[in-house]
Amino acid sequence: MTRPQRPIAGAQSRPALPRHVRMHFDERRGAWALLSPEKVLWPDEISLAILRRCDGRSEAGAIARSLALDYEADEDEVLADVLAFLQDWSDRMVVRL
Amino acid sequence: MSEAGPGLPIGILAELTHRCTLQCAYCSNPLELLKADKELGTAEWRSIFEQAADLGILQVHLSGGEPILRPDLAELVGVLASRGLYSNLITAGVGLDETLTARLAAAGLDHVQISFQGARPETTEAIGRLRGSHEKKLAAARAVRAAGLPLTVNAPIHRRNIEEVELFIDLALELGAERLEIANVQYYGWALLNRPALMPPREAVERQIGIVEAARAALRGVLAIDFVAPDYYASFPKACMGGWARDAFMITPDGTAMPCHAAASIPGLRFDNAARLPLTEIWNRSPAFEAYRGTGWMNERCRGCERRDIDFGGCRCQAMALTGDPTETDPACSLSPLHAHVLALAESDAASAEATIHPRRIGGARAGELTR
Ligand code: SF4
Ligand code: SF4
Repeated sequence: MTRPQRPIAGAQSRPALPRHVRMHFDERRGAWALLSPEKVLWPDEISLAILRRCDGRSEAGAIARSLALDYEADEDEVLADVLAFLQDWSDRMVVRL
Repeated sequence: MSEAGPGLPIGILAELTHRCTLQCAYCSNPLELLKADKELGTAEWRSIFEQAADLGILQVHLSGGEPILRPDLAELVGVLASRGLYSNLITAGVGLDETLTARLAAAGLDHVQISFQGARPETTEAIGRLRGSHEKKLAAARAVRAAGLPLTVNAPIHRRNIEEVELFIDLALELGAERLEIANVQYYGWALLNRPALMPPREAVERQIGIVEAARAALRGVLAIDFVAPDYYASFPKACMGGWARDAFMITPDGTAMPCHAAASIPGLRFDNAARLPLTEIWNRSPAFEAYRGTGWMNERCRGCERRDIDFGGCRCQAMALTGDPTETDPACSLSPLHAHVLALAESDAASAEATIHPRRIGGARAGELTR
């Protein structure tokens, strides 16, 4: 059979959380958790800021632009970081591109 | 004993029933299976799950036996969903039809894991000992997809299906699964009893590892492949349950709270029952949980080892089964003086060509009940 290709993150990708991953605010620990069948991930502040914008509609380029504004950072640098993050998380199947 | 006291637990494996449609020779249920009349009722599980949420649990794995044999399954999923807990149904899939998947999805189920005893129909039937089971599992996987739920294909691996690993990968892709678990059988309970008929030879294990590594690289972002190593052949033991009573535990069909599947095989441990004692109290103070929590119980070899917070000395039940001492270093560890002995056991079992097994069913562990 022909096997599906590895998704590659680009400025036009519209990332979303895959259906087996759910964000959950954990009251007991006072932190956001990313729940999946075998793992619980505790994203740091920056990861969380990206993940919150992964709504399946916004393009990675727009996500980087809004983050650059919020954090008063250089947009190109932020885009490079966002794409690296998305690629890594997509490879691990925690983000869908 | 732990010095600092336990942190908050993350997951529970809830074995709702020991009843099952299949009879796998490696089943992780105990040799003495509980009958239906010993199972907790709906109200008791509801209360346990509510307490679990209060305690900080984030994930509940609904398992068995076959959890879909419980008529209250959708109701229990609903309780978990109402508290935001991630619910994972661990099923053999036989009998999981579109009506039930739709009900479970509507109740808020997060994820389904279906076991396939083989990638070929003949293998699935022979291992699970049920005719037509492969087709039923395929139908269940499609029903899961139709209900919009994510899917893991679970493949328990042993000598009789280790050459099907590539086919398992194709199967998971064909079914559109997000995840494939290539889980080499761990030898406790039924699997220990049937080890001579199940242990794969080392060459087959090495071939398998090569196939899994190549597939992982080729399928990045397409299929997540989790691999549970066959630890008799490994250099270091697995971190059983992520450490004894460290962030997960299990509850058996009658409510017994145990740090892991095989904990009852360790003599002298005192277990509490989650239907009778508050879950917080069990987590913080149950004698069985305290027994091997942290590092205080360890022998010198493990306590002084740089891997002690990685594998926690390995599995207590395996140490018990293979050395007779539950505080020993798990002999799957290459630093254990008994490691060579364990390797020799595996190699002689693998070479034995043993074909008869004790079928997993009530009374099946007794001598005399052997089948091909
Ligand atoms: S391992 Fe097989 S027999 Fe045991 S619970 Fe799972 S499907 Fe049933
Ligand atoms: S000696 Fe103990 S802690 Fe060290 S690797 Fe072996 S089992 Fe793990």
